[in-house]
Amino acid sequence: MSSSPAGRRTATTAVASAASESRRRAARRAERLFGAVVRTAAFAAILAIVLIFVFVGREALPLLRQGQAPGHGEEIVSWASLAGPTTYPDRPPRYVWQPVSAVPKYNLLPLVVGTLKTTLVAILFAGPLAVLAAILTSEFAPRWVSQVVKPTIELLAGIPSVVLGFFALMVLATWLQGLLGVRYRLNALTAGIGLGLAVIPIIYTVAEDALAAVPRSYREASYALGASRWETAVRIVVPAALPGIFAGVALGFGRAVGETMIVLMASGNAALATWPLTDSVRTLSATIAAELGEVVFGGPHYRVLFLLGVLLFVFTFAVNLAGELTVRRLRERLGGRA
Amino acid sequence: MEGGSNDATSVKVSARDLDVFYGSTQALHGISLDARANRVTALIGPSGCGKSTFLRSINRMNDLIPGMRRQGRILLDGADIHDPGVDVVDLRRRVGMVFQRSNPFPKSIYENVSYGPRIHGVSDRGTLDEIVRTTLEQAALWDEVKDRLGASALSLSGGQQQRLCIARALAVEPEVLLMDEPASALDPLATARIEELIHELKERYTILIVTHNMQQAARVSDTTAYFYLGRLVEVGPTAQIFTNPAKQETEDYITGRFG
Repeated sequence: MSSSPAGRRTATTAVASAASESRRRAARRAERLFGAVVRTAAFAAILAIVLIFVFVGREALPLLRQGQAPGHGEEIVSWASLAGPTTYPDRPPRYVWQPVSAVPKYNLLPLVVGTLKTTLVAILFAGPLAVLAAILTSEFAPRWVSQVVKPTIELLAGIPSVVLGFFALMVLATWLQGLLGVRYRLNALTAGIGLGLAVIPIIYTVAEDALAAVPRSYREASYALGASRWETAVRIVVPAALPGIFAGVALGFGRAVGETMIVLMASGNAALATWPLTDSVRTLSATIAAELGEVVFGGPHYRVLFLLGVLLFVFTFAVNLAGELTVRRLRERLGGRA
Repeated sequence: MEGGSNDATSVKVSARDLDVFYGSTQALHGISLDARANRVTALIGPSGCGKSTFLRSINRMNDLIPGMRRQGRILLDGADIHDPGVDVVDLRRRVGMVFQRSNPFPKSIYENVSYGPRIHGVSDRGTLDEIVRTTLEQAALWDEVKDRLGASALSLSGGQQQRLCIARALAVEPEVLLMDEPASALDPLATARIEELIHELKERYTILIVTHNMQQAARVSDTTAYFYLGRLVEVGPTAQIFTNPAKQETEDYITGRFG
């Protein structure tokens, strides 16, 4: 080795720094590119949602401008007729959705009532079942039971809603009729339970994840104080997982409001604004699905259907917002640690 | 320093030929060890030497681990804790535990302390208030939190959280307190407070503490037991173990030659 150690050192440092300099530059470029791609994708997704809302809203807008739909001067859909009952000379006033008629009636109340009834039944049926199943599989059941139950419930999520609707229409309706002796096979109860089948996997999956995410240290602390499994589950694990469980229920609620095929098939589709759950109902979503294909483009009926779309949008948005706020409040109350 | 094997207090916890297996691996080999009442027994040794396993055998927390098997006996006041007649709930009430990482429940300070008494059947508000106050006082936390008992336990600092966990363990009036590296995640000041607390608590409780910190063991304990590879290498008065251990292995570990 004749070259001086000092000279060799500078040479290697120069090579190393040159190599790392170019590598650094490439890394920076890749990072910038990646960031741009992610930003674009996220922005596109948000833009798509906004555009859908803008489109739906724009089609319904002429209605909100209180007057005639452009190009179709013959009909007026007033706020009073959308919200208030139809009056008759010889009968008491009623809330009527009857868009195809000599005098079309566009009262929204029966549809809102129908949506609320089926959604309520679905949540009351699916919520407790799904949450209890999640508690069972995460806290109590032996491992092999969980390993069977969990994928089975998650499989429910993969069943096309038309199949669930078919099941509700053919099987469930007959069972319920036999069980309760109701007059009409297809009603809010049948549709709601069918809807519940679609909602169970959503609530279950989210709730199960929330329970599984409760740190083991909480359970250990509870056991170490002499608490039983049951006490630990009810008093420590479930309360700690409550924000997640609640988020699951809110998500299920959103799905139940918007789900179309099951209610279209199993609700009977009679637009009745009545209290009993065993009456047939017509929901917002099913109405849009059933009628939009047959309306006069740009006509009042068409506009009203878009208004239903806006209503659905606002509905689910409100539910999700309320859910999100509640989850945040619960988290804060639990100490702010997610 | 007084204390050690020829000390006057009675034996509170006593292990006899204790073997513990996790599946096919044996974690403890024939441990026989006594812990005396109102004394602090420190368990030291390198990671994975079985000291935590031993600690968790005393309140049967290891029962929760699938595949755990045990031979030999552990006596609490002379009675075998594995007797079929022993209720684990009652055992865990008598033998409290404080964990390495403070793990308060995501509830209020008050609810954390009152949780134990509640599950053991105390429901009278006045009694609970009293328990919460006295145990927080014992854990040297009362003055810091008395005005915000309803605040979330997670809003406390790390050292406060650990003292809260100690208060929570004390609230069920245990006789023995197991501490699994209670100060390892804390800063030196908070550690000093915990050590001070241990010193006060031993007047009322039998304490077994696992620690990685030699100085801590030397400071807080009366008896020290050195574990290595699942065996109890040596046990004796802390002063003797740290100044004049009987075995070369113990000396090597304590002087920091390995581990």
